[in-house]
Amino acid sequence: MHVTLRNPRRTVEIPGPVRVSALLAKLDINRESVLVIRNDTLVPGDAVLADADEVEIRPVISGGLS
Amino acid sequence: MKCRVCRGPAIIEVTRHNANFCEEHFLAHCREQVRKAISHFKMLTPGDRVLVAVSGGKDSLALWDILLDLGYDTEGVYLGLGIGAYSDESGTYVREFAATRGLKLREIDLRDEYGFDVPGAAKATKRVPCSACGMSKRHLFNTAALEGGFDAVATGHNLDDEAAVLFGNVLHWDAEYLGRQMPVLPSRPGFPKKIKPLVRLAERETAAWCVLRGIDYQVEECPMAAGNSHLGYKEALNLIESTSPGTKAHFYFAFLDRIAERFNAGTEQAQDGLNACAECGAPTTGEVCAFCRLVEKATRVDIR
Repeated sequence: MHVTLRNPRRTVEIPGPVRVSALLAKLDINRESVLVIRNDTLVPGDAVLADADEVEIRPVISGGLS
Repeated sequence: MKCRVCRGPAIIEVTRHNANFCEEHFLAHCREQVRKAISHFKMLTPGDRVLVAVSGGKDSLALWDILLDLGYDTEGVYLGLGIGAYSDESGTYVREFAATRGLKLREIDLRDEYGFDVPGAAKATKRVPCSACGMSKRHLFNTAALEGGFDAVATGHNLDDEAAVLFGNVLHWDAEYLGRQMPVLPSRPGFPKKIKPLVRLAERETAAWCVLRGIDYQVEECPMAAGNSHLGYKEALNLIESTSPGTKAHFYFAFLDRIAERFNAGTEQAQDGLNACAECGAPTTGEVCAFCRLVEKATRVDIR
């Protein structure tokens, strides 16, 4: 599947099927710091992503001090 | 994974509440958290006019959307910071949000109206960009609220923001900042009331609100903020949160409940003896306020 990551924006290929929690562990990403979006819909940690899915891992941490 | 409320398929887990939600009940959860924050901290009363400080990011747009959803009378204020393409894009999201909902948006542009931008000010003052950014926002949002006769300025600070700031202030034992770190700062001469209605929502929830509500926002990180200590504090807290859900909320709310008042006295004293700025009339401890000194410094040198 195509997995889009941000900051910087890039795409990685990950074979499916894979559970969201396992995908994040594989990419060493903390679940607290991202949303996982499949085909424009949010998916929880136990969802299984298929090989044909378009997936975005969107960071949610923003960092200005103001 | 099932929704805690209706047992339908869940789309998101909120671990600090040990809960999963479907779309409908997640949105209801967010509204309820904001309603509770406003009520518990006495942020607003019915009929109040609220100026919402919007940046184009997820938090401020989610805040404006939720306040509208809860029936508050709002206007937005957006500050153009002059941070290249990042600011251009951020402004687009704010204007689109306001235009599609027929909302009134006040725009202030640092470069057009004050002759400097945040990267230039950072260079001129030899300080981190967040310093000039924060100072400009505080001053100009205060001024806009007072001039517009608003009852409060609402900002999109969320639970993660407040917990990270608290973490930093504790690490440095900064008593003055600890005394000021409240979800509501009451109005006083020269200052409007300031409120943070998102303090009961984590930033993962405000981002999810925007995705579910179809709100386009600036996802990319501010290039000026990369690598700052605030982001490091957030990462550290998220690491703790991932093994001990609820720690962040407990850290922040227990501070408010049990500790914060011990630091308030110092803050009250610091507010004594304020003069009117010789340049703009804003309250200041010196002759000229910090923002006017920033303008003077940032426009004195060639910043481009």
